[in-house]
Amino acid sequence: MEKKEVHMDKNRDIPVLAVSGLSVSFLMYDGIFGQKELRAISDLSMQVHAGEILAIAGSSGSGKSLLASAILGILPENAVTAGELRYHGRLLTPELQRRLRGTEIALVPQSVDFLDPLMKAGAQADGHRKPCPTQERRRIFHRLGLPGETEKRYPFQLSGGMARRVLVSTALIADAQLIIADEPTPGMSLQQALEALRMFREMADGGKAVILITHDIDLAVSFADRIAVFYAGTTVETARAADFQEGGAALRHPYSKALWRALPQNGFEPTAGFQPYAGNLPKGCLFAPRCSRRTAKCMQEVPCMRVLRGGEVRCFYAE
Amino acid sequence: MKNAAGRAALRFLKNCIRILSLLLAVSIISFALVSASPVDPVQQYIMKIGPVSAEQRAAIEAYWGMDKPPTVRYISWLDALVHGDFGISLLYRRPVIDIIAERFGNSLALMLCAWVFSGIIGFSLGCVMGMHRGKWQDKIIRRICYLLSSVPAFWLGLILLLLFSVKLGWFPVGFSTPIGMLDSEVGIWQRLYHLALPALTLTLVSFSNIALHTRQKMIDVMNSAYVLFARARGEGGWTLFVRHGLRNTILPALTLQFASFAELFGGSVLAENVFSYPGLGSAVSAAGLGSDVPLLLGITLFSTLFVCAGNMIANLLYGIIDPKMH
Repeated sequence: MEKKEVHMDKNRDIPVLAVSGLSVSFLMYDGIFGQKELRAISDLSMQVHAGEILAIAGSSGSGKSLLASAILGILPENAVTAGELRYHGRLLTPELQRRLRGTEIALVPQSVDFLDPLMKAGAQADGHRKPCPTQERRRIFHRLGLPGETEKRYPFQLSGGMARRVLVSTALIADAQLIIADEPTPGMSLQQALEALRMFREMADGGKAVILITHDIDLAVSFADRIAVFYAGTTVETARAADFQEGGAALRHPYSKALWRALPQNGFEPTAGFQPYAGNLPKGCLFAPRCSRRTAKCMQEVPCMRVLRGGEVRCFYAE
Repeated sequence: MKNAAGRAALRFLKNCIRILSLLLAVSIISFALVSASPVDPVQQYIMKIGPVSAEQRAAIEAYWGMDKPPTVRYISWLDALVHGDFGISLLYRRPVIDIIAERFGNSLALMLCAWVFSGIIGFSLGCVMGMHRGKWQDKIIRRICYLLSSVPAFWLGLILLLLFSVKLGWFPVGFSTPIGMLDSEVGIWQRLYHLALPALTLTLVSFSNIALHTRQKMIDVMNSAYVLFARARGEGGWTLFVRHGLRNTILPALTLQFASFAELFGGSVLAENVFSYPGLGSAVSAAGLGSDVPLLLGITLFSTLFVCAGNMIANLLYGIIDPKMH
């Protein structure tokens, strides 16, 4: 086994990953003249510690998946980033990202589309690194309940559940310290979704840091330790999962509350309006146009993230 | 396993039936076209042997069956074909089948060279373009491809001939063997030397197709979810190309290359004419211009078979290589 780049810190206060003020924009051609900047992620901050699952919850198009690419340093070439990423306290430079991705930081996508259709599952899980971890991989396949002949199968011959476990195995083979699971549950039965999330819970309990990107609040609440609520490319609130179970007053941001009320078991209540488009973000608070408590200040100024009741919130009026 | 072999055999059989019915359709259509065209084999024959009287002409027509309706003539021609008799060429006064066999050997050498080189060059350049999308490599090669695919083969052939044969004198001006030498005395190097320029012409006009297709396929692969995942696992550059790019683009490229026999044959007709290369392509234009109906029909059927064989290989190859087809 290769020696780990950065040793697990005994000091629990240093997060495995700390993101501060991250912005990701895309330069798009706008007509004949000049370029237009589309801001997909704005001023995002969050931390994830060893041994916990941080769920990043938000609706589609809120820029959640780009966050994973930004952490791994595999954004498209026309992306422009600002802000700072720290891994175990060390500044995550493109060079460090290159070394860490696939070894210490692992992405776990969940659908079979992320497997090369023309490569057998075994070779695919082994990856490109030398020496080839075949023995270790066989052991992990076995642990994940994958039958012995799985390694000789092509992705199209795997069931959805098997493909998912092959993808999970890549993070285990690398023995990654930070696991980013991107949208693990869509298209799965409840049974499969629970099984998948249980695997991530096990990884976190084993001392890894897990970021769970999802739009399924219910599942996030049952498996995550903390939930970061994502809206229009930024986090508006970070709350303990328990706050979401309690709901209502335990939550801090008007959007989180609206999200909670929109859940079927809590009244199924919709919020008027749409999440703003990346090219057309409001000047002040990103949620202000839809917020019932907005003031003139909200329309002009962007609120900063502040600590409140053991969580964080990006709102002038939250209490 | 036995079942799979059985299915492969069935697919092969189906392909053969399809080709036979296509050949039948092509024979009917081309025969009908020749019958309806002003091409008059009797007139052509008479021109060769000198002035004849009206009675003699009628006798020739009767001897050849030209006085019978086209359907009857077609059936007797088809009957002869089925028995392996393609008729006698009016121009060369030899059996059509012998001419095709001899000419096809020359054409095959030419087309095989062009096919292999255009495949290798086209695929490699396509990969370079796809892996460097939007960069200078892509821009330059893509423009060259557009340029070459818009250039007519005969024009390019003439330019190469002017430059390399006439001006620089590096290559012979035409033919497949040196003038004044017996066929048996000509060595392999001399044949290749005569083949070089027509093969180069044919390669240059045919590689852009496969290059541009491979480029697009490579771009699709590089934008795929599985390449994103591979990047997330630290793959990049050459590793990414070998593990995923090459694997996913070579099969469509190979299929396309086998399916391009029609363009290849079309290109060889032009290239052979420019370089006076004695292949099937120059024979078919000679047959067309000289009203040599048996040779024209014979080559038409033969080229249909050639193109179909390419398509069939492409089909069968997919079944063998693509794991999804098993």
